[in-house]
Amino acid sequence: MDKTVSTLTEAIAEIPDNAQIMIGGFGGSGAPIELIHALIDRFRATGSPKNITVINNNAGNGLIGIAAMIKAGMVGKMICSFPRSSNAEAFNERYLSGEITLELVPQGTLAERIRAAGAGIPAFYTPSSYGTELAEGKPTEQFDGKMYVRERWLKADYALIKGQKGDTVGNLTYRLAGRNFNPLMAMAANKTIAQVSELGAAGSIDPEQVITPGLFVDAVIEVVNPQQEEVLVRTGVVH
Amino acid sequence: MSDFNISEVALSNAQIAWRAAQDIEDGSYVNLGIGFPEMIAKFQPEGRDVTYHTENGVLGFGKAPAEGAEDWDLINAGKKAITLNPGASFFHHADSFAMVRGGHLDLAVLGAYQIAQNGDLANWRVGSKGVPAVGGAMDLVHGAKRVAVVTDHVTKDGKPKLVEACSFPLTGVACVTRVYTSLAVVDIKDDKFILREKLPAITMEQLQAVTGAKLHTDGDVADLIVPKDL
Repeated sequence: MDKTVSTLTEAIAEIPDNAQIMIGGFGGSGAPIELIHALIDRFRATGSPKNITVINNNAGNGLIGIAAMIKAGMVGKMICSFPRSSNAEAFNERYLSGEITLELVPQGTLAERIRAAGAGIPAFYTPSSYGTELAEGKPTEQFDGKMYVRERWLKADYALIKGQKGDTVGNLTYRLAGRNFNPLMAMAANKTIAQVSELGAAGSIDPEQVITPGLFVDAVIEVVNPQQEEVLVRTGVVH
Repeated sequence: MSDFNISEVALSNAQIAWRAAQDIEDGSYVNLGIGFPEMIAKFQPEGRDVTYHTENGVLGFGKAPAEGAEDWDLINAGKKAITLNPGASFFHHADSFAMVRGGHLDLAVLGAYQIAQNGDLANWRVGSKGVPAVGGAMDLVHGAKRVAVVTDHVTKDGKPKLVEACSFPLTGVACVTRVYTSLAVVDIKDDKFILREKLPAITMEQLQAVTGAKLHTDGDVADLIVPKDL
């Protein structure tokens, strides 16, 4: 079962308008920059995919990655925990002008909603956000004397994620703190597309070291020496 | 109005952080909130072995790397570059917040706009304008065995930050257990502020005058004494 894809263009070719897309990474760590940029290039060339809902912890930084998607005008909604950053003008402009909507989710709840979707759990209770404006309208219940808020699973049509090593059957490892949301998103999307820095044959990753089993991954593309979002932002790169 | 000049006696942020650091127990797992609380790690007392947790999936991080030696895949929740101590580990976001909500951390320390006498905390936004951002704040207030706050005792324009009820949007309900301020150390117990320590330079009446809810005592109130030069 070879899940390898040979070009970035091919990897993201089928993503349609109005898709809900999870994008891995926390800030610049673990962000699949090349996959995002391939999607932007397709939008610029063809006008599609448009009106995308992006699920990520943040809402982009600088003028690359998710910020560049927003700047290009292809994002209709962000679901995230922390849209503020040192350089979040792309999101701020479109949010404050009403061109983009925001669903703000506490970070741990965001992670658990994604995990729940991947695990087939439609709802769960959490203490986070109880008694705050982010819990307004949500069912609450008391368990063992403490109040909890019910949260729903969060699914996606596609996940774009970044791994360190990958193999042809989709097994993945991650680099340093670049793991973050990537393994969760791989589980929660109908189709998961992973870019990896090193692609090997099945068996090239010690099974003891696999973090995301290939079952959760649909397509793997090798991007050697991938760009790092934080470095791009700091050097003022624009996509 | 207070009859003393707070700015002449109030502790600096470094001094508040130093005081909070004295209570970090040997062998504990600790999350320090982004910004001011991060300063506490600098004052960790000698001989105590403390493991720091950061929400984006790292346990056991150490000091910041030298400038130019950063690896931007290795960052903390504040998106700052970090290094690893021996015994460090990586995990995904759901495991990271399981450590928080599941009661596995010994201490979380956060900043605050307001703290109410029942332990309610407001620290994520001050109004409805602008772009809201919550991050991990609403999760971090739940689950750690102790949830402490470091803060100035009053706002920049002199309003109490320790209040009967928060007027700013809440981060969590009845979650704070101890507050380290620029004037005092206050516990929260049974919906009351219990004064544990105060600066020797001010009287009980002066402290009460700049506090927005009644300060109770439960035994002796100790002098809050910190190093002068930090």
